[in-house]
Amino acid sequence: MKVEQISVFLENKAGRLAEVTRVLGEAGINIRALSLADTTDFGILRLIVDQYDKAREILKDKGFTVGKTEVVAVEVPDRPGGLGLVLQILATAGVNVEYMYAFVQHSGKNAVIIFRFDNLEQAIDLLQKEGIHIYKGEEVYRL
Amino acid sequence: MIRDVEHETMPREDLETLQLRRLQAVVERVYHLVPFYRRRLDELGVKPEHIRTLEDVRLLPFTAKQDLRDNYPFGMFAAPMDQIVRIHASSGTTGKSTPVAYTQRDLETWAELMARTLAAGGAHRGDIVHVAYGYGLFTGGLGVHYGAERLGAAVIPVSGGQTRRQIMLIQDFGPTVLCCTPSFALYLAEVAQEMGVDFAKTKLRVGVFGAEPWTEGMRQEIEKRLRLDALDIYGLSEILGPGVASECLEAKAGLHMFEDHFLPEVINPATLERLAPGETGELVITTLSKEAFPLLRYRTRDLTSLDYAPCICGRTIARISRFKGRSDDMLIIRGVNVFPSQIESVLMETPGVAPHYQLIVDREGQLDTLEVQVEVDEGAFSDEVKQLQALAQGIQRKIKDYFTVSVKVKLVEPRSIPRSEGKAKRVIDKRQQ
Ligand SMILES: [Zn+2]
Repeated sequence: MKVEQISVFLENKAGRLAEVTRVLGEAGINIRALSLADTTDFGILRLIVDQYDKAREILKDKGFTVGKTEVVAVEVPDRPGGLGLVLQILATAGVNVEYMYAFVQHSGKNAVIIFRFDNLEQAIDLLQKEGIHIYKGEEVYRL
Repeated sequence: MIRDVEHETMPREDLETLQLRRLQAVVERVYHLVPFYRRRLDELGVKPEHIRTLEDVRLLPFTAKQDLRDNYPFGMFAAPMDQIVRIHASSGTTGKSTPVAYTQRDLETWAELMARTLAAGGAHRGDIVHVAYGYGLFTGGLGVHYGAERLGAAVIPVSGGQTRRQIMLIQDFGPTVLCCTPSFALYLAEVAQEMGVDFAKTKLRVGVFGAEPWTEGMRQEIEKRLRLDALDIYGLSEILGPGVASECLEAKAGLHMFEDHFLPEVINPATLERLAPGETGELVITTLSKEAFPLLRYRTRDLTSLDYAPCICGRTIARISRFKGRSDDMLIIRGVNVFPSQIESVLMETPGVAPHYQLIVDREGQLDTLEVQVEVDEGAFSDEVKQLQALAQGIQRKIKDYFTVSVKVKLVEPRSIPRSEGKAKRVIDKRQQ
């Protein structure tokens, strides 16, 4: 139920983000989802790719600081209030969302949103009980 | 192990008698052979016969780096050229480098003191010594080289550079002793990791590191990564080169100065007042046995303190504390004295931060700014912005607490700070540009 996300430390210098995408592209790795959290000094690039181990190895080889985080891919109904419902369920149970970002691809009519929670297990449990679809890792890498 | 039991474990009283006899001889020598000293001593009204006790060293003039520059190139030599057999030069970061000279006897003394240094680290006949200090005008390479040969060890004179090849030699030739700068040792560790080389599988047992100030934290890092005992040694070309003072393997707590050849003092660099043992100030050295290049009360600019307590290793000679920086390197940031080594020790206490950093000093309007660039390695990395900001702010707060100076900590990517194969460039002062 968990998805492996690669995070990369980037200095805020021109060309660093492009360098990551170039390196991965050359290795034939597909970026499925991407988000960049940045501050004035540095950025954290978060990526979901189709070949996690290979991507991690290549980036480390190129001298990037790479981290691994487990995240959850949630199918969110593509209608007003769809995301609100998910957030409501979590807030009620006191689960915090550290960050979230949208998947590039839609799944049918619905959106796929990547979440990082402070309590991953509890969040998965809560959402499933409410009938919300959580993607398996393999599904996400192939979406 | 102690190489020269007689001189390294002498009762203090006997040692001081020997020091006085040698001090009298050196004052006599420079008074007659070096016009610069003759002039200085005459100005002060001091004659060689006024040196009656060791305390009388206070009557003697200080020698500063500038005095050596003023007498460029050979004005400070106290032996005629037909007795001089070697010339080295100090690395002059500003202006011309200053030459230093050695007679045959000086070279003998140097090799002997460097052999004592290596022995203090447990090196002996049968060891293979990998010398990665630069060979050439710099005293590091040749100084260690002849000391290791004197000890009866086998020397691999690699000199600096060609890091990957050095790692190959360490694997293939199996040296047991590594001699280089501490920053090069860390660089070796990094490149070895890149090459997939495990230091636990090499024969290295002890590292003898010097030529730049380093911290206790850096020692732990080097010992962990290179799997050896890391010892601090001290020397400067004006005084001799490597072989002036050295840590012992037994205590690793302060560097034993070979006091039968050097008379140390610690002074307040601002008032020139002499400080008591234990107080930190600028190290001042008078050479007691040099023939070609004797110096009276040479101001080393290195900050340390003296400890005369006997050591567990059995040596009675004084120890100087691990260096706290150079009085020249002292940065004045908004009126506060800051030493790069102090910032380094704060970083070393911070888990997950790589031991590579750079200080960028600049000025915004009338205000000095200090930016501390720190490389983020995997241990410290988090995919959450607030965690990384907390890391940077934590370091900022610690520096503020310790030195009452506000700095900006900037996290940078690994390897974005230039690596050195020799001395590390820790400070970039843009105020002077
Ligand atoms: Zn000792």
